[in-house]
Amino acid sequence: MNGPLALWKRTAAQALPRFGPLLALVLMCAALGVFSEHFLSIDNLLNVFRQSAVNALLALGQLAVIVTAGIDLSVGSILGLSCVLAAMALKAGSAPALGIVVALGVGACLGLTNGLLLTKLRLPHPFIPTLGMMNVARGLALVLTGGFPISELPWGFRYWGAGTLWGVPVPVWLVVASCLLFHLFLTRTTPGRDLYAIGGNRQAALLCGVPVDGRLILAYGLSGLMAGAGAVVLAGRMNSGFPLAGVGAELDSIAAVIIGGASFFGGVGTVLGTLVGALIMGVLRNGLNLLNVSAYWQTVVIGAVIVAAVWVDVVRQRAAARR
Amino acid sequence: MQGPLLEMRDISKSFGGVKALQGVSFEVWPAEVHALVGENGAGKSTLMNIASGVLRPDGGVICFNGRRLEELDPRRAQQLGIGFVHQELALVPQLSAGENICLGRHPAGPLRWVRWEQIHRGARELLEQLGREIDPGRPVSELSVGEQQLVEIARALALRARLLIMDEPTAALSEQEAGRLFQVIGRLKRSGVSVVYITHRLKEIYQTADRVTVLRDGRRVVTAPVDQMPLETLVRHMIGREARQQFPARSSYASRQEALRVEGFSARGCFEDIGFTVRRGEILGLAGLVGAGRTELLEALFGVREPDAGRLWIGGRPVRIRSPRDAIRHGMALVPDDRKTKGLIPGAPVLWNLVLASQRGFLIHTRREQESAAKMASELRLRLIDPEQPASSLSGGNQQKVVLARWLLAEASIFLMDEPTRGIDVGAKAEIYELIRRLAARGAAIVLVSSELEEVLNLADRVLVMHRGRIVGELQAEQASEEAVMRLATGAAQ
Repeated sequence: MNGPLALWKRTAAQALPRFGPLLALVLMCAALGVFSEHFLSIDNLLNVFRQSAVNALLALGQLAVIVTAGIDLSVGSILGLSCVLAAMALKAGSAPALGIVVALGVGACLGLTNGLLLTKLRLPHPFIPTLGMMNVARGLALVLTGGFPISELPWGFRYWGAGTLWGVPVPVWLVVASCLLFHLFLTRTTPGRDLYAIGGNRQAALLCGVPVDGRLILAYGLSGLMAGAGAVVLAGRMNSGFPLAGVGAELDSIAAVIIGGASFFGGVGTVLGTLVGALIMGVLRNGLNLLNVSAYWQTVVIGAVIVAAVWVDVVRQRAAARR
Repeated sequence: MQGPLLEMRDISKSFGGVKALQGVSFEVWPAEVHALVGENGAGKSTLMNIASGVLRPDGGVICFNGRRLEELDPRRAQQLGIGFVHQELALVPQLSAGENICLGRHPAGPLRWVRWEQIHRGARELLEQLGREIDPGRPVSELSVGEQQLVEIARALALRARLLIMDEPTAALSEQEAGRLFQVIGRLKRSGVSVVYITHRLKEIYQTADRVTVLRDGRRVVTAPVDQMPLETLVRHMIGREARQQFPARSSYASRQEALRVEGFSARGCFEDIGFTVRRGEILGLAGLVGAGRTELLEALFGVREPDAGRLWIGGRPVRIRSPRDAIRHGMALVPDDRKTKGLIPGAPVLWNLVLASQRGFLIHTRREQESAAKMASELRLRLIDPEQPASSLSGGNQQKVVLARWLLAEASIFLMDEPTRGIDVGAKAEIYELIRRLAARGAAIVLVSSELEEVLNLADRVLVMHRGRIVGELQAEQASEEAVMRLATGAAQ
């Protein structure tokens, strides 16, 4: 029974669901490479990665929340407000580093607020506080700017969104570093594992002494922080603090997490899957661009992919349950 | 001469590796009240879930009204006239009694308008048939448990049920309400409806049933008319000879040192003025009927719910416990009554479930965790293929061992155990009894809540009996009889 074949079979059975999204990504890249010779060039691949960076950063924060069986609808708006406040600080003459601190700080604070509202006010579902925050943050961004973008930011700030380091766009480095940190956090630390425990069975986690409220506040804080990081990259790349930056970004980030194999019911989800999910969305957009498919149709395709990805997962789980 | 209304032949069913039913045959005659008894885990609910189409048998034949049923599902069963009144009532609390009775088939006019008068008239008639006046317009959440039960029965009758299965209908009822339920059952019988009646309260059988079937460990032991089955015989059939031996030999490890002292614990509507002391090495049984407030009490002691009043001493020192975290810090452990919803994280690896209550510090030490998991697996004879397998893949007994092992790893010294052997097979039960004794021998204090009297009486050194949120008696387990405990638990002693 324990021959090499059986071992290999078991490994494959375990690996397939885990690397399913990755496999899909590779197949998609291969197919696009056949249809468009430009697609597989290093330049274009880096471009795809760069374009996916903001979504990937938001999705990492969203992953921390979704793993607890939660949802954060406010990340797009938090990104917008962070962009605006950082740009205002820079315009007021603060150093680029301070601009970054403002963006990250605003994001983290708003995220922590989400968590506090959820746990301390005992709101029934994270949908409520984050939906509220989504509107409040977006509204404030518009109020503060009167609806106009704040342009012309210093290069020291823009570098994080538009610069390159060793031939690779800086946002790509940021994504790689964030992925590593999140992976270590979620798999190698007790607070990280607690997030999975809360998502898997909140009552059981509570009865085992997991500080559920504190961990939830942490998860939403991380999600806000990553929205702030996304704001730095986006404002840097656009060279402006735009009050409507990140409209709809919360849904893209949720899509990336779900395509990457996380469960809406909590307790399941990986950093690798989430990164792959964000890249699948980026590759789709880029590939369809190269194939001259209109942006309107791209939206249709992405929508279908979200449903298909989860459906494949449902089918797989049902098959696994029958065994 | 008519044949039986329901006939089940050679029914078998397994869950995972556990055989819940093995070749059980069971029949119900028209207008018969048939009691189904047996210990927890004997297979009563499984058998009835099969009869009502909720579960599919692995083998066997089901005939209803002389027709063989191949593919039975709950909808089909309902159409045939098999009604099921569940232990946890399946009503929508926000809707009115009348709407609940008509749920899923509102009489509707043109444009699907709901005909309220018709709903209420129909509902009132049915409820009157049952001999109780309940305003069909009242929301179910305002009704008492007994009234809610009647609403469920009325719902089954509205579907023209010819066979009504009741799963422990009196478990949550007062004696008075139970008496009224028996009258209702009598009326049903006279109108030609058959009733299958699952119960743990054996005396009720003699008031209501025509025949009784005893199940034990997934097999049918006997079926007989109740007047040929005196109580002692019935109990002997239920327990069986070998069952007695599953308890480890009695020996007390109770010391003089006080582990946990409780005074004046009250929570409105749940329990009142509870006071007791458990010493190190002592097993304190907490007996009572379901709904007596024992689960709520344990959860309040553990900091899950806030009591209105009460003080706590651990090791002689006063402590305040505001959360499970506080409780764990003071060496307490709670084995909750429902391991699926409160005990385990079913989708997570067994390993995580084991270390959840004992993980400390920021970083995870994989090797240390694996070592402690291996230690626990061998100590509790926990059959694991792989510590990474999800906890949900284990059998009920092994799942419960994981919950217990978790607290051993957390080095708890005061164990609050709520129905620690609920829904697990006999073999695993015996192992858990042994473990409880071993814990006491090591000096742990144990508060054991169980609805199985036998369990409490055989394991505990001392038994407290709760009735309606109050402690109504204290007995030394060695001298206590099941009867004495039952008298207190049902309030009959007062």
